[in-house]
Amino acid sequence: MIQVLLFARLRDQLGTGAINLTLAAPTTVQAMRLALQQQFTEHADSLAAGQALVAINQSLCNDETMVINSGDEVALFPPMTGG
Amino acid sequence: MDDIRVQRDDFSVADEYQQLCQDNRDDGAVVFFVGRVREQNQGDTISRLFLEHYPGMTERALADIVAAARKRWSLGRVRLIHRIGALDIEDQIIFIGVSSGHRQNAFDAAAYIMDFLKSQAPFWKKEILIGPTGETLSERWVDTRSSDTQARQKWDNPATPDSLP
Repeated sequence: MIQVLLFARLRDQLGTGAINLTLAAPTTVQAMRLALQQQFTEHADSLAAGQALVAINQSLCNDETMVINSGDEVALFPPMTGG
Repeated sequence: MDDIRVQRDDFSVADEYQQLCQDNRDDGAVVFFVGRVREQNQGDTISRLFLEHYPGMTERALADIVAAARKRWSLGRVRLIHRIGALDIEDQIIFIGVSSGHRQNAFDAAAYIMDFLKSQAPFWKKEILIGPTGETLSERWVDTRSSDTQARQKWDNPATPDSLP
């Protein structure tokens, strides 16, 4: 099982700050994204690559083939707007 | 040498400037930037702002950005504060202060830190919009601006002053 943290607009859209995906680890960013898009079909666009950024263990991940291991901290969020 | 904080409380620019200068005999230049909440955005009137962040990752991302700036330029002290939570119009959001021997490094490093922070540090702004009589109309998450992306990308160009012969 993979837990995915959600922030900002994405958390509001999906209505929760964390989702437990029934994906066996290890998996990939791509597979995690697809599982979320299938669970939240109405928000598939917001979850697409480029729209939803991924962080693994608090580091930005720009590689859709990156492996997610059991126990990794995974987060999904919109492009950042600080400053 | 670095002081990086994410906090709800306001900050004093005078105190920060003091910390950049006190007992600092090496640096002839101090550059600082303050970001504030403005009333207008994209033609709408804002009453308040809410700043969300990703605890843990934010602090790590800010430290990485400052470390990257230190690799690129010779810097003295760096102080960076980013506020979170509810902010009103005219409130201060961010402070970036950099000292260095000469001005160009401090100017460039302050701009670099700001440009990378915009797209690499996990903060998100939500605006509360109001109508002509001050009534709350709606809330909206702020979208990334392409000018912010371009500002960061310009640092990818090797033809910046620090790399010229």
